[in-house]
Amino acid sequence: MTAGKSLTVWVVVSAMALATGCARKPVSAGGPVPVSYASALVESSGGKQIGATGSPLPQPLVVQANDDQGNAVPGVAVNFHGPAGVSFDPPGGVTDSSGQLSTTVTLGAMAGRYQLTASTTSKAQKKIDLKVEEIALDYQRRLGQALDEKYCSRCHNPESTPERVSNFDNLAVKPHAFTDGDTLNKMSDADLLAIIGYGGPALNRSALMPPYGYTLSKAEMQALIAYIRTVSDPPYQAPGMVYVAK
Amino acid sequence: MQSSDPKPVSLWQTLFGDPTRAFGIVSVLVLVLLAIAPAKNYFSEWRHYQKGYLRLIRTRGEAVTLQRHFQPGIQQIWHPELGVTDRCTSCHVGLKEASLFDVTVQPYRRHPVIPHNTEQYGCVICHRGQGAATTVEEAHSSTLAWEQPILPARYLESGCGQCHRASLASTPQLNQGRALLARYGCVQCHTIKLPDGGSMQATQDAPSLSHIADKTTREWIFAWLKDPQSYAVSATMPNFKLKDEDIRDISAFLIANSTPIPGDNAPPIASKLSDPAAGASLYGESFCASCHAVQNAAGNLVGGNLGPELTRIGNKAKPEWLRAWIRNPRVYDPHTEMPHYRFTDQQVATLEGFLLAKSDADLLANVHLDPATPEQIAHGKSLVMEYGCASCHEISGIKKPENFAPELSRIGSKPVSQLIFLPGMQHTLPEYIAGKIRQPRAFAPGLKMPQYSFTPTQIDALTTALLALNDRAQALPPAVTIPPPAASHYRPAGKAGQIMADLACFSCHAINGRGGDMAPDLTWEGSSVQRKWLEDFFRNPGTLRPALIRRMPKFNLSSEDITVLSDYIMTVYQTPDFERDSMPESGYSPTQVERGRQLFYSKYACQSCHIVDAKADKGYIGPTLTAVGSRLTGAWIYHWLKNPQALRPGTIEPNRNMSDDDAGNLTAFLMMQKGSTAKEAKR
Repeated sequence: MTAGKSLTVWVVVSAMALATGCARKPVSAGGPVPVSYASALVESSGGKQIGATGSPLPQPLVVQANDDQGNAVPGVAVNFHGPAGVSFDPPGGVTDSSGQLSTTVTLGAMAGRYQLTASTTSKAQKKIDLKVEEIALDYQRRLGQALDEKYCSRCHNPESTPERVSNFDNLAVKPHAFTDGDTLNKMSDADLLAIIGYGGPALNRSALMPPYGYTLSKAEMQALIAYIRTVSDPPYQAPGMVYVAK
Repeated sequence: MQSSDPKPVSLWQTLFGDPTRAFGIVSVLVLVLLAIAPAKNYFSEWRHYQKGYLRLIRTRGEAVTLQRHFQPGIQQIWHPELGVTDRCTSCHVGLKEASLFDVTVQPYRRHPVIPHNTEQYGCVICHRGQGAATTVEEAHSSTLAWEQPILPARYLESGCGQCHRASLASTPQLNQGRALLARYGCVQCHTIKLPDGGSMQATQDAPSLSHIADKTTREWIFAWLKDPQSYAVSATMPNFKLKDEDIRDISAFLIANSTPIPGDNAPPIASKLSDPAAGASLYGESFCASCHAVQNAAGNLVGGNLGPELTRIGNKAKPEWLRAWIRNPRVYDPHTEMPHYRFTDQQVATLEGFLLAKSDADLLANVHLDPATPEQIAHGKSLVMEYGCASCHEISGIKKPENFAPELSRIGSKPVSQLIFLPGMQHTLPEYIAGKIRQPRAFAPGLKMPQYSFTPTQIDALTTALLALNDRAQALPPAVTIPPPAASHYRPAGKAGQIMADLACFSCHAINGRGGDMAPDLTWEGSSVQRKWLEDFFRNPGTLRPALIRRMPKFNLSSEDITVLSDYIMTVYQTPDFERDSMPESGYSPTQVERGRQLFYSKYACQSCHIVDAKADKGYIGPTLTAVGSRLTGAWIYHWLKNPQALRPGTIEPNRNMSDDDAGNLTAFLMMQKGSTAKEAKR
């Protein structure tokens, strides 16, 4: 029976060896060892960006670790998390001498909003989270964005850039910014299509909004609407789908 | 342990000793063997995913519709002429279901909206991967036999580029990549043969170095070769990472090899250099910034990128050369895109002083070169040949090398097994291409490809454009490809043609398909404007659009030149679609004008973008119309109102689908807007 016993022992030992060998190396949660702790994380730049699905955002996401007095703290370990498909380069690290940590965010393949989290732990091992939102545009919505840049933003965007001076202030009736979800979310896709295609008077609104139905194709107007829905703030909820209760 | 048994019975005897038992056992074995194939089929991955899909849709409101659309079994999209055999839809079942917009789990997401039907072209054309595979691993990853993994989403626009060979409005990344390939001189060393037969051409010609000693000093060449971007951040010249001795020898060779051009250096102009503000205002008035950028105090580049950046031009240009260049750039470079401004001597001196002051004391502070020896010059020449400088630059005595670098016509299908990767790199083709652009010299010692300073976005764009150059693109049937529009080599004729070449009109304006896009297309300018306005505009170009930064410069044209140009434009650049004099310049009935006014202000609300009454109207997207009746022809206004895009494709003025009556009344109203000078003249 010693042979059987030794066989059992051998099997157990080799199984354990196999298990340890194959197991993934435990991911060190804190990354580099933190030198100091923060009491708050704030976004320095890079939030609320609009990028393309599956592509890195144009600007890096920069977060800053602050202490109780609001002073930047260097050497704080910060980790970034996001929904499936989002990747960060680097995925975490310690804040630099100015108390900041920068990462390049690549958004997932679905168009829409992405809630990203930067997190760290306080001295008392309490978790501190900072939520940042980014928007990903797919092919259709990028087309909408390009159309917005060309035709719409000159009036609908109150901000001016060196290349494009805004006409917003010159209009007697102020157009709605496309991010103005409070107004635009109440309008159905059909209403938006009517306004874009036939102009403001189609819905008894200002004639300052000209019709684009003879200039843009229907697919282009739909792309524009898809884009408007994606950037609106507060977020647009599509009209309710009726689900069968489980 | 068996040895301890008294009567050993072999396993064979136990099982097959009895023929009946043997028959039974063999039957069971055969049955099991027969069951393997159906079982493998039953437990296949795609069946698992299809079951999952049915579970997913069961709870949805539109379950019945979705169930009706669902087809069990392996699905296939087959287009032999495109080389497409795609079974992806066996697992990606909900691709076409618009109502699945909120599903985020794969493989059940619906396909994002694109201009094509997925069934028309299949999946692998854009996404790559192995279309014929029926397991996730084989379809998505590279295996020994099939090495085409799924393309990361960031390079997806490369799929569009296989068929669409011209720029597409909706593929900005691909367009950018192609433009970079042409602008940064990639195609000067790497041949890129296009499937249509031609090859990709560079859009920017690097300056000729045959006469460089006229223009700049050996010290500047040294500093430039050491690090082009330290002289100008926007420089397209890459860094060749040369040793200081090599740069010394190359600069020695270039100076020694240079031959002077008679007339490209001018003696100093004796003039009191007036206040420095005069230079800045002349630089502004001449709209130099439309083409040339200058770095401002905050480090941002301000200005266009048609001409070289001028932030440190004072370090580079010799004063006598700069003077001659400002006076007439065509003496030094007959093909330059810079217009020949007809500056007075005083203006030349003012601009010279202003530009020479743009210098950086540190740039050349540490450059001390001893006089060159013949050995150094000979060594410099061999280096110039070795690094292929003549691929981009014209250098007298050195021929442009042929096939200097590997051809890239099919780089997008290069087998991964032929690539050498850096340690830590993902073993995929896109990673390899991006890595080569990012750090070309890291891949092997002795590589000659220079270091570019591209941003990550630019590298992604370049990779996308290169991935579009693949075997499939070369082999696509002509019926599915959209070739680029034929390149126009239009050149205006006669005296007017000479003046237009001298003024480099085509750098900004396009005519008959040739030219830049900075300024309006002038193909039908003769039908559009009134002759008197055109002549006045040449004499003193005003701005039509208050919100524009880039504007027409004043060229100080002589009266004869203006007459020649106006004659030519008014006669030649006319649209065949309507007669330019078919509507009168004035004499419209007051009723018509009044109706036009009402249409302008209420029905069409043109004042949101245009100004007619300078006091009341404020819109400034479109041109100011206060004097439009002295600028445009009635026929142009009428046809423009009817369909703006027909006259100038891509213009943002919306087509209002106007009735003939409305367009006529509005034309009457607009033609009465003669501007203040005309009104005063009448009084």
